[in-house]
Amino acid sequence: MKTIYILWLRQLKHYFRSRSRMIGSLGQPLLFLLALGYGLGAVFQKAGEGNYFQFLAPGVIGMSIIFTAIFSGIELIWDRQFGFLKETMVAPVSRMNIMIGRTLGGATVATMQGVVVFFLAVLFGFRPYNWFLVPIVLIAMLLVALLFTALGTAIASLLDDMQGFQLIMNFLVMPLFFLSGALFPLEGLPAVLAWLTRIDPLSYGIDSFRILLVHAGTFGLALDASVLAVVTALLLVIGSYLFSKIEI
Amino acid sequence: MQDIIEVRGLVKRFGDFTAVDHISFSVKKGEIFAFLGPNGAGKSTTIKMLTTLLRATDGVILLDGHDPSRDPEEVRRSFGIVFQDPSLDDELTAWENMEFHGVLYGVPKPLRRARIEELMKFVELWDRKDSLVKEFSGGMKRRLEIARGLLHHPKVIFLDEPTLGLDPQTRNHMWSYLQELNRKEGITVFFTTHYMEEADRVAQRIAIVDHGRIIASGTSAELKASTGKASLEDAFLELTGKVIRDEESSATDRMRAHSKMWRGGGRR
Repeated sequence: MKTIYILWLRQLKHYFRSRSRMIGSLGQPLLFLLALGYGLGAVFQKAGEGNYFQFLAPGVIGMSIIFTAIFSGIELIWDRQFGFLKETMVAPVSRMNIMIGRTLGGATVATMQGVVVFFLAVLFGFRPYNWFLVPIVLIAMLLVALLFTALGTAIASLLDDMQGFQLIMNFLVMPLFFLSGALFPLEGLPAVLAWLTRIDPLSYGIDSFRILLVHAGTFGLALDASVLAVVTALLLVIGSYLFSKIEI
Repeated sequence: MQDIIEVRGLVKRFGDFTAVDHISFSVKKGEIFAFLGPNGAGKSTTIKMLTTLLRATDGVILLDGHDPSRDPEEVRRSFGIVFQDPSLDDELTAWENMEFHGVLYGVPKPLRRARIEELMKFVELWDRKDSLVKEFSGGMKRRLEIARGLLHHPKVIFLDEPTLGLDPQTRNHMWSYLQELNRKEGITVFFTTHYMEEADRVAQRIAIVDHGRIIASGTSAELKASTGKASLEDAFLELTGKVIRDEESSATDRMRAHSKMWRGGGRR
């Protein structure tokens, strides 16, 4: 328990100490929110889909979570390069606990980032339809954050250096984001695209945000929650396994 | 006396390359043991296998009676290590690095706090305890790592070139502390170094490795006597030096042969 706590605390300290990273990672969601939110608003309205800003905000919250979460997982490569990973690997604690502590820390950071984006959206005119559901959104956000931190850690366990980072951004994170329905409704899509959005776990995360925040959505909360829970559990197991196999 | 480290027929291969080639040795409880050898001899690889970071290809390791491949957690509990290259978290303060280590090793809070203060005062970093490690110089980081490695009072401490880049004052200071800890608490010290004078002064027993094999072992006096040299440095060079000359000459040979071929081809 203490191991998990101290590793969690470490991730949080890193987050609060790198203010530039915190502010830097808010730039992108803000750009999406304002440029797309206001830019496509009129077209969206004409197409009879309603208020685009209300539709987009849950998607952008999802975006900030997936980016921060995967990045937190990938941080493992830094620890390996700067040597700190060795310090944790020779300690008499199970690798499983190390993995869990790291992942919880990364997920907490990603959730906080999501919360910040939520309040930014509110600042620019976003209104959740029921404020009492906001604490439940927090749980959904934490689940999404856990899923992608575990994914990031699993990938980082397989990589020795940052060479593969660009590859991961372009061939994993970007597709996961663009195919998640963060920017467009999931109904009435071409068959291939519809299929792709359905195998993207982020789709279910953003769908749950939308259900809880703006009373819209495609899959229903039950399906969203089950998919997220199963995939998160699976990735945690895979991540722990790969992490335990790391040799330095 | 009981052996705390026992290694028999240890092998580590990376693909075709054999880094450690059937090494066998043992270290007695409470001994100060030096593991010497030129760069690339297989010292660090051996330490990584002893400390559960690498899996051995073949052979038996027993550390305090436990096998690192079968019982890694029990092994990890019994040693402390100061790595050759830095392993601190630069984004945490010096004190936080110590605290993190203490928690990971389950040192109870009052004891942990007291020892952190004692060790950090000893390495003269107590007044800098709240500075981020990234602001530290190389020597300061080194001192902090040594203090951290001792925090949980391990049975064995591995020091992989611990005094690299330290000034003589700090080096002496560190060794007198380690020797005192060795006397008072019976901590076994296993270290590598390139300073032969240091090994001569502090090590009770020495093993010399080269090309993944142990080529000589014994006390400093025994090594000097067997090679007929006055200093450990000369004995070391006598034992390992020949191999280096071999390598050099063969490389030169290759170069000569290459240039001959090239000139020969040019003339035709």
